[in-house]
Amino acid sequence: MSHMTESGSSAAVPAAVAVKNVSKIYPGGVEALSNMTLQFPKGELTSVLGPSGCGKTTLLKIIAGLLPANSGTVSVNGRPVTGPGPERAFVFQDFALMPWASVLRNVAFGLELRGIPKSERMAIAEKQIENVGLKGFEKHYPHQLSGGMRQRVGLARALAVDAEILLMDEPFSAVDEQTRRKFQEDLLGVAQSEKKTFIFVTHSIEEAVYLSDSIALLLPRPSRVSEIIKPDIRRDIDPDAIRRDVVYLDTVERIWQGLRKYIE
Amino acid sequence: MASFFLHPLILRLLSIVIVFGLWEYAGRIPISPAFPTFLQTMAALWGMIADGSMAAVYPTTLEPLGIGLVISSFLGVGCGILMGLNEKAEWFGAPVFIVLQAAPLAALIPLLTFVYGIGLTSKILTVCIMALPVIVLNAFSAVRHTPESLVEMGRSYLGSQRQVILKIILPAASPVIYAGLRLGAAMGFIGAILAELLITPTGIGDLITYNQSIAEYDKMYAAIFSIMVFTVIFIEILERSEYIFFRPDKRVAS
Repeated sequence: MSHMTESGSSAAVPAAVAVKNVSKIYPGGVEALSNMTLQFPKGELTSVLGPSGCGKTTLLKIIAGLLPANSGTVSVNGRPVTGPGPERAFVFQDFALMPWASVLRNVAFGLELRGIPKSERMAIAEKQIENVGLKGFEKHYPHQLSGGMRQRVGLARALAVDAEILLMDEPFSAVDEQTRRKFQEDLLGVAQSEKKTFIFVTHSIEEAVYLSDSIALLLPRPSRVSEIIKPDIRRDIDPDAIRRDVVYLDTVERIWQGLRKYIE
Repeated sequence: MASFFLHPLILRLLSIVIVFGLWEYAGRIPISPAFPTFLQTMAALWGMIADGSMAAVYPTTLEPLGIGLVISSFLGVGCGILMGLNEKAEWFGAPVFIVLQAAPLAALIPLLTFVYGIGLTSKILTVCIMALPVIVLNAFSAVRHTPESLVEMGRSYLGSQRQVILKIILPAASPVIYAGLRLGAAMGFIGAILAELLITPTGIGDLITYNQSIAEYDKMYAAIFSIMVFTVIFIEILERSEYIFFRPDKRVAS
């Protein structure tokens, strides 16, 4: 298993997001996170992988500033998080598109909220719509698009505000398998060209291994980081070759062996 | 052939033809000497439109109705939104409107007459007490049930509270708010006629009671029929206005 390194062995890349001793207890006493510490390196795609109930979406929403933590700190580029900020953009599991707005307005919405003049934000939105492969659908409404296309709109909206950190909450879980594979390939392309920090929450082992520079494996009850896995997969080969690559398959198998005892 | 009969337009026409056909048949039996046939009623309606008696009474009915509906719409939607956004406003307001919605409001009309007399004020208030509860409760529930992820989206993309309310919560709530307005308008029409039957006979209410008292039943039913058609057209216009102002997506077929 020489192609994988354990947590802490590569501290060279500075952290874009640092989570320190964070705990979250929901009203009613459900403990979603307990004393969690985790770092997300700048410019990399880090997956947070774990079975349902391990608090991964809660962690992402705390990083986004949408939920307050009960204790501990989250800092982005060294500054503590007190709420949502311009350097972070969120991609939602259920897309969170406004059904009454066209694709163009949905993509430009983050800029609209920031008070960017209309012509300027439309130009940026059109560029991002083309970037995610939806050129020609600007005037369509969300209900006219397939699930995969809707999530492309969600991704374009996040890219349009030009945040350096993209927070993605199981973005492909509501998308069918074929569309998801194509979307994953496209996301790798975007990740390579945009040089952004991606924090990617997923429950799919294959997806995490396929996409990530590193994977934070979370275990439930009590919620904790079990290990950091760096799948050392060559990214210069054909996307379909990756899925047949021995390193890819070994990593998937190893994570599954680690997780299976926690699945009822 | 089967697909021809299943076409939406044909089905709608068929539904209307069956109801009017049954009406005509029941009138011809006749089930009661006080029940005119459909064709007699339509002839009476045409006569009343032609001799101007319809046009003469409608403004009288529409005055309290119009004023009452405008007050109810603004006040009702305003209260409902406030209650949806603010829990304290909900605790304060919800019991009042839930009780009002369940109360036999026609029984309150004598009380209104006692306090405000037999003039316009009582009739406007009758329209309001009928229309308000359903408008308020729909607006409240619409705002309260805005999808959580849309609100989170607004916050995470740095929307101010004002922006989140105006650009996300209100457009998301508009279909249910409008459903409340349509139901409220229908209740308001009932209130306006009720006021004219129970307080003082004016407008359409006068036309109904007068023709009943002189046994001109075809004219009486024509007056009732005309207000029903008017209500349906009004509600249809209200629905179209929602599509134009708030939900352009609904005008586009999927």
